[in-house]
Amino acid sequence: MFDVFALGPTGWGDEMLMGAVMTVLVSSSSLLLGITLGIVFAACKLSNFFILRAIAEVYTTIIRGIPELLVIYLLFFGGSSAVMYLAKIFGYMGYIELNAFTIGTIAVGAISGAYSTEVIRGAVNSVPKGQFEVGKTLGLSGYSLYGKIIFPQVARIALPGIGNVWQITLKDTALISVTGLVEIMRQSRIAAGSTHEPFIFYTAAIILYLLITRLSNIFFDSAEKKYSKGYVSKEAL
Amino acid sequence: MRLELMYESFFKIVEGIPLTLQVVSISTILGIFLAVAVALMRISGNRLMSLPAYYFVYLIRGTPLLLQLYFVYYGLSQFEAIRESILWPILKEPYWCGIITLTISTGAYSSEIIRGGILSVSKNYIEASGALGLSQIKTFLLITLPITVRQALPAYGNELILMVKASSLISIVTLMEITGIARTIISKTYAPVEIFLVAGSIYLVINFIIVMFVNLAERRLGIEKAT
Amino acid sequence: MISALSTVAFADGHWSTIKIGTEGAYEPWNFTDSDGNLVGAELDLARDLCARMNAECEFVQQDWDGIIPALVNGKYDVIMAGMSVTEERKKTISFSKAYMTEPARFFALNSSPLSTFSSAKNLNLDDDGDSTSGTISALNNAMKGMNVGVTVATIHEDFANKYLDSNLKVYPTQDEMNLDLAAGRIDAMLCDVGTAEAFMETAGGSDVVTFGPNVFGGLLGEGVGAGIRQGDADLKAMFDKAIADAAADGTISKISMQWFGKDLAP
Repeated sequence: MFDVFALGPTGWGDEMLMGAVMTVLVSSSSLLLGITLGIVFAACKLSNFFILRAIAEVYTTIIRGIPELLVIYLLFFGGSSAVMYLAKIFGYMGYIELNAFTIGTIAVGAISGAYSTEVIRGAVNSVPKGQFEVGKTLGLSGYSLYGKIIFPQVARIALPGIGNVWQITLKDTALISVTGLVEIMRQSRIAAGSTHEPFIFYTAAIILYLLITRLSNIFFDSAEKKYSKGYVSKEAL
Repeated sequence: MRLELMYESFFKIVEGIPLTLQVVSISTILGIFLAVAVALMRISGNRLMSLPAYYFVYLIRGTPLLLQLYFVYYGLSQFEAIRESILWPILKEPYWCGIITLTISTGAYSSEIIRGGILSVSKNYIEASGALGLSQIKTFLLITLPITVRQALPAYGNELILMVKASSLISIVTLMEITGIARTIISKTYAPVEIFLVAGSIYLVINFIIVMFVNLAERRLGIEKAT
Repeated sequence: MISALSTVAFADGHWSTIKIGTEGAYEPWNFTDSDGNLVGAELDLARDLCARMNAECEFVQQDWDGIIPALVNGKYDVIMAGMSVTEERKKTISFSKAYMTEPARFFALNSSPLSTFSSAKNLNLDDDGDSTSGTISALNNAMKGMNVGVTVATIHEDFANKYLDSNLKVYPTQDEMNLDLAAGRIDAMLCDVGTAEAFMETAGGSDVVTFGPNVFGGLLGEGVGAGIRQGDADLKAMFDKAIADAAADGTISKISMQWFGKDLAP
């Protein structure tokens, strides 16, 4: 029964593992894009300009209100045309190809960005206002204020939330299998179809996702510990 | 943009709304029962109860819904034992496979919300209720439950929206709800962007209405918005 | 970002690299082997055609339901995915001449009453005589109210929509429809003969039998051809010539015998 997982040309074991590697790669790049978008749109939401707040609000409402599958399809089919349209404005007339990995990263990154926006905004809000004022009074600004005082606190508060966003992102990458990117989900569908053994391949896929989840939990837990040095946990109070 | 096509397909896609709402509401209701059971198991203090509940939630939260759906629909039906069992009339139907998968998913996620709600009920209330001579069951029904509902409602509103979005996946097992109809139209018109924009807007409106209802319920129950 | 950009066509119309879109889940036309490679009759044929055209071939995998939009969108230049040339599709894309032809047929489990259904050997939809309509109504009566599977956006779906009053189940891939036929979720499926025969040779498909006539002509199209964007007339001309050459020197027959065990050359 386990012959199907043989490594090498006769079995699907190595293909499934490569699928897992692809899942981790596309999840990580999506999360990075997501956090970047999250920082930008959180800044928009916290800004004094109505237009910026409105843009950020529309972005998070739309992404959180329509199914992830549709977001991915829309970017997959509309993404290249949109990029080419923009390129034409700048005078580039050729064809621009966005490969499955790029499209997948952009789509899942956009979803992940909407959730990150809320997490980061919440974290910034929870830094006491006095800290900004004290920092400014001490003559700090720019990197010294934000890089050394505010960011470490935001990072600490946001970390558990980002851990949740990672979990959402990891699972959403299963949907980009529709764009042809061979990650765990697509690989197990191909193998299940080819061998007519769906049970064993979907079980293998479940185990791979749980393994990635377990490993990333360990990573986020240790990161949380590192950033909360010097803080007393709530449970201990 | 082919606006006329979008206009025409709108009327076809709305025909999928009843199935979407039906699947979502049946799964949500069944999911609440599952969630309460799992939440009570987790806080039972008995490891034989709490551990299986913990692993169940871990399993469901750690894997993509799409994979769970494939597992239930194609994975289970592979076995003759299942195809000859009394469960087959149910598992045979894509409709019930969709509902089972969504119920299990929302059951796991909501059990965490409900557990959080129950744990937030102050021990003082429960002790006071005991001092007043109320039985355990009465304490649960009259004290714990109402406070839990109030605590859990905002998070539960989010869960409802996630359910509406998740239901779009059941189109993959041949069900013709909103996304399923949209895909059929695309296969004839080759206009994915236009058609998915229409379908996306319909989901947006449904979710907007849900948010309004949840807000209304929150106001009636006197819950302060925590923003 | 730069690595994601690439220019495909040269201005003089010479195609040095051609991107070919295929599904990879339609044995033996195009599928994925246990080493993760795309293989099948169309992959072999594509490599042969590209050699004849002095072009570099690159294969892109794409789910069937988006295979035409993605061609129009420019994700690849040619579709070779067991796609029949039909009037309906010609409204959106153009086709090379057909490189293989294969009729459609119905399939059921051997335990099903449908397995004993008898009819004429052929159903040619271009022939609008009484025998055609008689065969269609006999098929329709036999399957009335049953669950009949087809794959999405195929000529088979068009046929079922037009001629059958059955309860249609539309699948994203042939592989998944195969699984559901074997599991008994659908009573019959309509697809092309070659792909079903490949399934019947596996353990999972050992209980599957065929019934009814060979169905072809009419809305089932003019055989399987390469889908090409309407603007790329030069590419279509290149494919037409290469396909004609490959048919003339017996290459198509050879590839067909190897993968289908019979000659599907046009």
